[in-house]
Amino acid sequence: MVKVRLWGTLRQWTDGQAEVDVEGRTFKEVLDALAAAYPGLGPQIKRGVSLAVDGVIYRDAWFQPVDPGAEVVLMPFMKGG
Amino acid sequence: MKAIPITATVNGDPVEFLCTPDEPLLDVLRNRLGLTGAKEGCGTGDCGACSVTVNGRLVCSCLVLGAECEGAEIATIEGMADGETLHPLQRHFIEKAALQCGVCTPGILVASKALLAQNASPTDEEVRYWLAGNLCRCTGYDKIIEAVQSAAAEMRGEV
Amino acid sequence: MALDDKKTRFKYVGTTPNRPDGVDKVTGKAQYGADITAPGMLTAAILRSPHAHAKIVSIDASAALAMPGVRAVVTGADFLDHEDAFFADVSETCMAKGKALYDGHPVAAVAATTPAIAKAAVRAIKVEYAPLPHVTDVDEAMKPSAPIVLEGRALEHVPAGMSQNVTNTCEFGHGDVEAGFAKADLVLERSFKVSATHQGYIEPQACLASFAADGRADLWCCTQGQFFVRALCSQIVGMEASQLRVTPSEIGGGFGGKTTVFIEPVALMLSKKSGRPVKVVMTRDEVFKATGPTVHASVDCKIGMTKDGRITAGDMTLRYSGGAWPSGTIEMGAQAGFAAYDMPAVRTVGWTALTNRPKEISYRAPGAPQAVYAVEALIDEMCQKLNLDPVETRLKNAARAGTLSSYGVTFQEIGMVATLEAAKAHPHWSAPLGPNQGRGVAAGFWFNFGGNTCVSLNISTDGTVSVTEGNPDIGGSRAAISLMAAEELGVPYESVRTIVADTASLGYNDNTDGSRVTFAVGLATIKAAREAIKVMCQRAAAFWGIDAEAVEWIDGAAHPAGPNAGKFPPMSLAEIAAMSFQTGGPIAGHHEVNVDGAGVSFGVHICDVEVDPETGFTKVLRYTVAQDAGKAVHPQYVEGQMQGGAVQGIGWALNEEYIYGADGRLQNAGFLDYRIPVASDLPKIDTVILEIPNPGHPYGVRGVGETPIVPPLAAVTNAVSRAIGKRMYQVPMSPPRILTTIKG
Repeated sequence: MVKVRLWGTLRQWTDGQAEVDVEGRTFKEVLDALAAAYPGLGPQIKRGVSLAVDGVIYRDAWFQPVDPGAEVVLMPFMKGG
Repeated sequence: MKAIPITATVNGDPVEFLCTPDEPLLDVLRNRLGLTGAKEGCGTGDCGACSVTVNGRLVCSCLVLGAECEGAEIATIEGMADGETLHPLQRHFIEKAALQCGVCTPGILVASKALLAQNASPTDEEVRYWLAGNLCRCTGYDKIIEAVQSAAAEMRGEV
Repeated sequence: MALDDKKTRFKYVGTTPNRPDGVDKVTGKAQYGADITAPGMLTAAILRSPHAHAKIVSIDASAALAMPGVRAVVTGADFLDHEDAFFADVSETCMAKGKALYDGHPVAAVAATTPAIAKAAVRAIKVEYAPLPHVTDVDEAMKPSAPIVLEGRALEHVPAGMSQNVTNTCEFGHGDVEAGFAKADLVLERSFKVSATHQGYIEPQACLASFAADGRADLWCCTQGQFFVRALCSQIVGMEASQLRVTPSEIGGGFGGKTTVFIEPVALMLSKKSGRPVKVVMTRDEVFKATGPTVHASVDCKIGMTKDGRITAGDMTLRYSGGAWPSGTIEMGAQAGFAAYDMPAVRTVGWTALTNRPKEISYRAPGAPQAVYAVEALIDEMCQKLNLDPVETRLKNAARAGTLSSYGVTFQEIGMVATLEAAKAHPHWSAPLGPNQGRGVAAGFWFNFGGNTCVSLNISTDGTVSVTEGNPDIGGSRAAISLMAAEELGVPYESVRTIVADTASLGYNDNTDGSRVTFAVGLATIKAAREAIKVMCQRAAAFWGIDAEAVEWIDGAAHPAGPNAGKFPPMSLAEIAAMSFQTGGPIAGHHEVNVDGAGVSFGVHICDVEVDPETGFTKVLRYTVAQDAGKAVHPQYVEGQMQGGAVQGIGWALNEEYIYGADGRLQNAGFLDYRIPVASDLPKIDTVILEIPNPGHPYGVRGVGETPIVPPLAAVTNAVSRAIGKRMYQVPMSPPRILTTIKG
């Protein structure tokens, strides 16, 4: 199980939970599990999200390992100028 | 509009060109003479990227008509280096990192050369006010002022 | 050598050699977007809506088409309909379809044999408009009664019942904000306004498109990302990506503003229709009216603080508008606002609303300056009220390793405390001030990014090195990349030449944005060099007749690794390169990766101003930038980023703004009325580079370019407010606004 922290906007799709537990060993497995468990998150995940794992922000890194004890934070897809 | 034939010199070379009565010198240089070193940043004399000298006077070439240049001596960035030998201003601009994107650089170099021709020892403030008509968006101007001053010092024989 | 080896001692990295593009740029030889021509080329002109919001009833181009020299006209009817909203939006920023959404929105374009004919032909196109009510202010646009810019664009999480202009909302934070405020000795809430500004690159957008009869096309343009241009244009025009080759010119400034397309699809369509190469060069007026400025913002910020300066809670509501199309920038601002601080409780709520303005495009740290400005100005006001030192107060609250950030991630090693300490120690902080003068300090934060990157590195038989990369150089990146290749290979900087490739020569590279190039392209270059080194070690091993594992690369040469490997004199890169044809063929390395692990960066700026109480005119007297830059690969160019970004922020703080009239039209579309800082406006910009290594890069490189624009809005505001003895709540602080505040 991985504990995923969500940003506030998304809590309306998780019955108000700020952190949810899902099964997943990689970036993609975590996102797939999130979308399956909480279908309301689907559109946002499809539009694009980043995942911070132990303080490092990953974008589009499907195979990035996610350890069960890691700090995992869902973030919007990040962009720069 | 019927084109007007003009005879002038650019960087010492004789040139002949035709231009329409409303055609800016900048367009003549870039489109008719193939000298694209002067840039159009605004077309309204606000940015200085098109700076050249006409008979020794610093101008925005977007505000001068080609038709005004009969018999004129025009100097552009393309004439600043002597063959492979860069002008001290050009060299110091590179060494002092006084350019980033470089699109304002030709105009700033032409303007700086015109300043040093009439004031070999300007203060920083004099350089800043002289160059106030040349916009640079990358550098914040700091390194440009340093480069002009170190080139001026070299040209005065102090280095 | 392990590929993940970290380097901490450097021979070339950290030196300041001349940039490889320097000579071309000081002699006028460098070719920018508008400098490129082709035989038989036509020139285009674009017709733009004079209305802020209008239905396009009809377009009659027959008179224009009948003019001698006119070769093609395109309108929205020529552009494909796209199901994908992203591509549809980009396409409509290039050419309106059915409705003009802002003053300057393109409605038709003409290609003709001369610029004069193209301009005359544009004037001959008859467009019938049915003007619609418009809205150009974000607070107005959010009201239920506001004219609707686009319908049905709200994301699924936007609450029902709001104006259809509201397309996005977001909330970030942690902790119990109300409980935090209850613990505070002082709670202040203030509202701030931030005008939209333009990137203000000196080179207007320019491109040349050439479509061949067999469906292939070439496009030359000034862009921050030729691969993204290819992706956008091939979709918008309807062609396969491989059939469109995009070659980037030198770029005359971008700052985020050249990360999309405005004219390129139009040039391609005109070229396709006319069968001739077509050049499009924007005028400055067009650049201001119809390329992306920033969002404009309205911000409510509330902070609680104990009397000894500890922040107990922060709560902020941000309202951004990115013009006539949905924009995601609000999410960046809402995450960045409080990121510099250890917040026991924090909440940021963001809203985005559509307005009749051009579509916002990134500008250095997009979204962050607006949010950070409110936080930093309010902290300063609270320090004044509680009689606290603003640097000590920030130190007391500074985020550090282990702090839970306002966006939910726990920080690794970061430089917030170090930059504050550097500011405190700088002589500027303790210098005396005169009458009517004030000193402001402010911090700033940016994420920095990596992204998709490809590098190909080739060793020539004479021992020199070519690096082919795919990111247009906007701040000296070719020099930085050459330095990193030289460092890794152990050859002089002068032996390395780095070039920026077209889209057919390399795999996909993300835009030059997010402060990513020196970090990500540098990382790929180092790895490509390590691959070439591996090959060179194999060649030397084969030559010596020993195992490749028994060879190591030291200072530009292969060496036997220890006495057991055999006793051979070292073989230099040049020697190995010279025999490469005989030892297996040319030697190269390449690396393709989607890089993550960019390090966040912090900046602290100190600003002194003098305000003329009679006129409200502000003179910046002294300015210092301290920034956590990671390893500074080319320190002069790092300083250049810090100075340039700070000055753009100073311009935003004092002068720069988009001004719309009651008619919804832009009032100041030129450099005379939209005044960017000039040399005489500014003092020397002092810099302090703090090299706190990023663990995510082999040399410790972080991004540098974006953070410096974040602190100035508040640094200058705090200086002005202290100089006049009253607080300012809006940027830019134009003289009339300052006078109004002084007079109460």
